[in-house]
Amino acid sequence: MTRAAKLESALVHVVLIGAVIFALYPVLWVVALALSGTPSPEPHAIPIPSEPTLEHFEAVATASRVTPEGETIWLFGRQLLNSLIVSTATAAVGVLIAIPAAYALARFEFAGKQAGTRSLLATQMFPAVASAIPLYLVLDAVGLLNSRTGLVLCYASTSVPFAIFQLRAAFESIPIDLEEAAMVDGATQFQAFVKVVLPIARPAIAVTTLFAFMSAYNEFILAATFLDDESMFTLPVMLQRFIGEYDAQWEKFAAGAIIVSIPVMALFYYVQRHLVAGLASGGVKG
Amino acid sequence: MSHGSRLWLRTLWVAALFVLWVGPASAAEPVTVWHAYRGDEEAALQRALAEFRDAARSRGEDVKISTLAIPYDAFASKISAAVPLGDGPHVFIDSHERLGDYRKREVVAPVGDALEAEAFLPAALDAVTLDAQVYAVPLNLKSLALYVNTDLVGVPDNFEAIVASADSLPSGVYALAYEAMNPYAHAPLLHAFGGTMLGEDDSFGMVGPQAEASVAFALSLVESEVVPSDADGALVTNLFRSGKAAYAMSGPWLASDLEGGVPYQVVPLPPLAQTGRPLAPFLTIEAVMLSPKGAASSIARDLVRHLAGKDAASDRQRSARIPSARIDVPSSDALLTAFTTQATTAVPMPTSAAMRSTWEPARQALRKILRGQKEPEPALVEAQRRFRDVRRPPPPPASPWPAIVLAALSLIGALVWVTRARRANQGPTFRQSVHAYRYLVHAIVAVGVLVILPLSVGAGTSLFAGPSTDMHYVGLGNFVEILTARGGELLGSGSFYLVLLVTLLWTVVNVVFHLGIGLAVGLLLSRPVLKMKAVYRVLLIVPWAVPNYVTALAWKGMFHRQFGAVTGVINATNDLLGTSLEPISWFAQFSTAFTANVATNVWLGFPFMMVVTIGALTSVPKDVLEAAEVDGASRWQRLTRVTLPIIRPTLMPAVTLGAIWTFNMFNVVFLVSGGDPDSSTDILVSDAYRWAFTREAQYGYAAAYAVLIFLLLFFGTKILDRWKARWSGSGRGEASE
Repeated sequence: MTRAAKLESALVHVVLIGAVIFALYPVLWVVALALSGTPSPEPHAIPIPSEPTLEHFEAVATASRVTPEGETIWLFGRQLLNSLIVSTATAAVGVLIAIPAAYALARFEFAGKQAGTRSLLATQMFPAVASAIPLYLVLDAVGLLNSRTGLVLCYASTSVPFAIFQLRAAFESIPIDLEEAAMVDGATQFQAFVKVVLPIARPAIAVTTLFAFMSAYNEFILAATFLDDESMFTLPVMLQRFIGEYDAQWEKFAAGAIIVSIPVMALFYYVQRHLVAGLASGGVKG
Repeated sequence: MSHGSRLWLRTLWVAALFVLWVGPASAAEPVTVWHAYRGDEEAALQRALAEFRDAARSRGEDVKISTLAIPYDAFASKISAAVPLGDGPHVFIDSHERLGDYRKREVVAPVGDALEAEAFLPAALDAVTLDAQVYAVPLNLKSLALYVNTDLVGVPDNFEAIVASADSLPSGVYALAYEAMNPYAHAPLLHAFGGTMLGEDDSFGMVGPQAEASVAFALSLVESEVVPSDADGALVTNLFRSGKAAYAMSGPWLASDLEGGVPYQVVPLPPLAQTGRPLAPFLTIEAVMLSPKGAASSIARDLVRHLAGKDAASDRQRSARIPSARIDVPSSDALLTAFTTQATTAVPMPTSAAMRSTWEPARQALRKILRGQKEPEPALVEAQRRFRDVRRPPPPPASPWPAIVLAALSLIGALVWVTRARRANQGPTFRQSVHAYRYLVHAIVAVGVLVILPLSVGAGTSLFAGPSTDMHYVGLGNFVEILTARGGELLGSGSFYLVLLVTLLWTVVNVVFHLGIGLAVGLLLSRPVLKMKAVYRVLLIVPWAVPNYVTALAWKGMFHRQFGAVTGVINATNDLLGTSLEPISWFAQFSTAFTANVATNVWLGFPFMMVVTIGALTSVPKDVLEAAEVDGASRWQRLTRVTLPIIRPTLMPAVTLGAIWTFNMFNVVFLVSGGDPDSSTDILVSDAYRWAFTREAQYGYAAAYAVLIFLLLFFGTKILDRWKARWSGSGRGEASE
């Protein structure tokens, strides 16, 4: 390597390390806060916990409650389970409904295709916060207000259109020759779709599922509005309670935030190798 | 919703229940209790409930009680949303000043025989009585009083003595800690100067010479550093507990945080010598209330009687140390006596529904004044204008006929258009499309029910106005009000156009940073010779993986003036370089608050652009670049003439999508700056949310905002598409859509 090339490479690393510090600093700050035994009134530039302790993690993770019937339930466990069930169901419902629809949009011509696509895109421009009240009335009307099913239906209302757009672009990027070859060999179009297209689209499907999962796992405004029972809460609603306007328990919030983030981050890293391919082919087209 | 549509919903609900009715008949419905308690107070409540249950059991009755703790901030909106629909609790505990509002919304009902006669302080009973009907049963008295750090100072004779004590205190110790920018904490001073929060006939009270004198006095306290400028409740606690404030003006809740801390004493607030009036705080009666459904249940009424009863009250007072509203529960210690004494001079909080609308304008005005951004008089006059804005009457009812005629005409128009299109034979016919519909039918049903239906209801709501129990049709009245800035200046603070400008600025700045950083980092990461590429990439997408509300709240903490990490960085820079940068109150001015929001959102959004860039770069053919190099193109030329034009078609849709997300990025704005200062950093979505949930629940008005946002985005992206088509028509590559 020449000197100039070495210098340049060093410069690139400096820039990237700068970006990494920017990306990680808030995370480290939250970690330091969660591990701090005493709230420090003095601000620190470098995130180091004062009097390290795990008590906040313990307090958050062991939260429990005695029911009217006298049995003790592990509240945190319930809420974690709620979050996982709701998010998984949202992702599954969204992607399963979207896959055939996206395929039809990518491959077939039919009456109303353009108008349908346009109006589907348009629904994504209506702010979600504003549809909270109508959703509330609809859910109340069908008796699903304080339930996981109701929440899944709400979240599916954004995850289905999003997944349709994401997957349509992914299917479009797959050469049609492959299906045609399969059909020459005697497969029906549906068989070609299931046996040829779906396996190729796996990265895009994985990424779409991840996004649908994350959006449900992270949502708190609707969940806080619709759920009336602590054992039905999802984790974000539980977390929100630590930082009320009048008494903020920042350390507990930080500990809870870390526990809540771990599953979704793990999933994210599991899927991230598909991220570049999945997004490049799909996703951002619309 | 009108009465008719509620009835309709109810019928549907009953029908759904009938269909779903498969299980055995359940035991008696549990009595539900909602509260905002935590810690000792919650424990005392649970004990009282358990006693009630046990007593019932010993009589052979099976009573089920279920409780729900709701954060105080969310309590009122959740109650107001649930109860009118017949959901929500039988019994709930809240402050008496919300009764006026609750009664208007039919959230509370008279307590009937739940009230034990002649057991309560007359002041407390007065506070819960509206038009000679008792709407709640008093539990506790809550007001501010004076905490004195007995190590540092003695009990003052008047407020001036507190101010004077500042000179003899060690440096770094404030004479008095209170939430100077919170109108509730300012009220004692306001009253001492002869002012009021709520004037005659529900008008805004905090204007005029007395109010001006009180805020000018508060400003002098902050300017002479007798009082910390930016204190919130947590900081008041911290300062007093760590001995960094000699006096604190706070409520009974502070005591529980002081155990094992500094030695202290609590006394009623002293008088202000210059006016000779006492610093009278607001008195809040914490009371237990019955929803209409609860008032109809004899068990719920019994439960209320029990919760407000003598045994429960004594237990509560002993364990949570909050003075009881009963006359037969004597104060057991000095702390309680101080608060009970304070209650006699305190001003009961008005129950009028208008009271709730005074806080936000008053808080904004106090902030501006104490931060020296505005003189007292204009700031308070502006607050009065905002109060009137929120309290303005809804548009008058309009005749629905124009809309019906219009709808019919457009339906006919659509039919004509469809048949014409059919005749012109554009695109495939229905019959040719059947095989495609087989793939689509479930998605059409799902989208119709889950997406289109709620959105149509939401859009329809924008044509109505008034409280949710009594909505009336106003046609385009809401839109007219919004688009004429409610009769104020077109670019006055809080007007639609100003918020729109802020939203556009917000969107453009964010997208520029997202694209700039994402593109730069993406290009660096795609260098073929780079080492540790995978490590960098994994670390740089961390911000995307963290739930965004966690991010937003973490950044809010980092920007906190007193203990935030950003202040830490500034201090560290000063130490290292010998500079003297001042820590910044980030949320005190528009420019810094906006910067804080942008920093958070840039952090959140750049990894997406980075990943898109990396993906797009894989499609740049190597031979083209090599050919350019052979032709003698410099690096910069290769980047701008070859690479960027090739990846542009892939990046443009991502930019559009990012712009839509940013335009509607509620979480960051709501959680980081919360619109501070003075709602100036609010974007359209967060403003709509405020109209729906904090400003007297004007659902129709909020829905009209949502429809406007939708129209803006819809036509905005249309125009963008046109531009895109023009660019790609002249440049290389194809538009992706």
